[in-house]
Amino acid sequence: MIIDINFIGLIIASIMASAVPLILASCGELITERSGVLNLGVEGMMIIGAISGFALMTVTGSLIIAVFGAMLAGVLISTIFAFLTQTLITNHVATGLALTIFGIGISAMIGKNFVGIPGKEFPVLFEGLKDTIPLLGPILFGHSIVFYFAFALPFITSYFLKKTKIGLIVRAVGDSPESASNQGINVRLVRYACILYGGAMSGLAGAYLSMIYTPQWIENMTGGRGWIALALVVFSTWNPIKILIGAMIFGGLTIIQFHMQAIGVRIPVQFLTALPYIVTIIVLVVISRDSRKIRLSTPSSLGKSFHKDN
Amino acid sequence: MHKFFIRSFVSSLVLLFTFTVAAIAKDVKAAFVYIGPTGDHGWTYQHDVGRKAVEAAGFKTTYVEGVPESADAERVLRQLANSGHDVIFTTSFGYMNPTNKVAKEFPNVKFEHATGYKREHPNVSTYAARFYEGRTILGTIAGTMTKSNVIGYVASFPIPEVIRGINSFTLAAQKVNPNIKTKIVWAFTWYDPGKEAEAAKALIDQGADVIAQHTDSTAIVQIAEKAGVYAFGQASDMDKFAPKAVLTSVENNWGPYYVDRVKAVANGTWSQKDTWHGIGDGMVVISDLDSQMPADLRSKVKKLQADLASGKVHSFTGPIYDQKGNLMVAEGKTADDGMLAGMMTYVKGVEGDIPK
Repeated sequence: MIIDINFIGLIIASIMASAVPLILASCGELITERSGVLNLGVEGMMIIGAISGFALMTVTGSLIIAVFGAMLAGVLISTIFAFLTQTLITNHVATGLALTIFGIGISAMIGKNFVGIPGKEFPVLFEGLKDTIPLLGPILFGHSIVFYFAFALPFITSYFLKKTKIGLIVRAVGDSPESASNQGINVRLVRYACILYGGAMSGLAGAYLSMIYTPQWIENMTGGRGWIALALVVFSTWNPIKILIGAMIFGGLTIIQFHMQAIGVRIPVQFLTALPYIVTIIVLVVISRDSRKIRLSTPSSLGKSFHKDN
Repeated sequence: MHKFFIRSFVSSLVLLFTFTVAAIAKDVKAAFVYIGPTGDHGWTYQHDVGRKAVEAAGFKTTYVEGVPESADAERVLRQLANSGHDVIFTTSFGYMNPTNKVAKEFPNVKFEHATGYKREHPNVSTYAARFYEGRTILGTIAGTMTKSNVIGYVASFPIPEVIRGINSFTLAAQKVNPNIKTKIVWAFTWYDPGKEAEAAKALIDQGADVIAQHTDSTAIVQIAEKAGVYAFGQASDMDKFAPKAVLTSVENNWGPYYVDRVKAVANGTWSQKDTWHGIGDGMVVISDLDSQMPADLRSKVKKLQADLASGKVHSFTGPIYDQKGNLMVAEGKTADDGMLAGMMTYVKGVEGDIPK
């Protein structure tokens, strides 16, 4: 096999493409968790986004309506979660699990009529520039708008949390809702907003799968990626840049193990398939060892309900 | 957990429905137990197409989808048998023991188990399709159409069904093109569009210009379409997903068998059988051949199809050697069904090891 530089570029590009849904959903969930809410419904919100995006694309024919519709669908389903956990003060874990179950069930129901319909071609940007630069060409150019957004998102999220006033409010609400409330912050409102934002990002992640990555609808097509996104948030110790690293390692090993199989590397295949999970966790644990930093970035009231009425 | 709720809900609906119907009519009723959702556009979808053929033939049918291959299967089967179904089709390998167990308790209900080999009671039949015959055709096409001489193959799990497919595909491809290499990637899933797409992409990046698959989703043919390489549809005709890439598909066609067996129950002529049908009996169907294939290849494939159907050609005709060069099938002989059913070694020419 000839390893040329463009081949490496192609591999990196496909690794990045596979990391997109994880980055989107994780960054959304990160904001939700930073406000002190644990939403285990990522998988359910993703699959709702996937079917909504695909259905709207098929029915309206408009990709813009489909993408925004998928985000809106994520917002709508997360509203249920927000209402239950914030207004009715239900348990976050149980409600989140129910949301996943609900999402998978209802997406299958809506999706019945969309099975076996081919998707549409999603436009890519800068296609012509792909061959102009070796190695970097296929990495930088010829991707969808969602792809570029996903790779900007961790940096935007990091800036938002560290440098903006609203970011500070979100963190305050997640660390000590009582103090935030005493400062006159409407805790419930902030948490509502963060949950809905998380829903929108999960919806977008789902739409990426059903409209861009593998343009089609079949039941359960998210295949557990929502759970991986959730795990990434925790193992990255609520740090958006580490989410990016984790998602790239996970996507990278998934793809590289297929390449190793195809080259004929004599390592048990079962070990290769388990590799992405093992290595991602080890790497994230190792790079997040600093306990002082962990304390700083862990939302200390994560998953706890806040009762006080403003 | 959600599956449990859905299942119990569906099962109780089935129960309610069948009790009501049983009171009115005394027609033959067939039930189908599915491993996956009918919306997978693959394995379960094709069984459901078969079920609809039974409906169209004038029989009542019910189905339960997403039934795990565990003690739950027994419960679902018992419920179906209890609620007046005359024949129950269990459409996944893992239902083998539950089917036989429940069959013992309901001697008057007929059981039809797909892809298994246990028929412990006179009311249990088994049936399967010779998909490897379809793969002989795909291998012939792949070996002829490849320019890079590298053929990619996305496999699911290392079981005889899949190994048999890889072997018959490779043997056929080597026959028309001794220089080809079959690169196999195990995805360890039947059904995960994202993973299947990644596996296919890896193979294409490594120079494969024809991709075969033994997983169920349409993701692989779509990736092939984008990359400008050839692919084959699995289980159903996938041409509309990738009109340029898909050269043909191997379709699972259960309908005729299902109609036949339900009719046999209605006529009282049903008896225990072990069915393994291929192209000849129409259980394995080859979709239209794409016009990108040269005319002489198309006529060659048509002839091969006819010869496989008539039995003139067998997918596993000797001499066949395994990877170490040991003789598996002697010259002039063909592999018997016992050997095919338990096939767990690669033939010569397949690269890599079978995952253990």
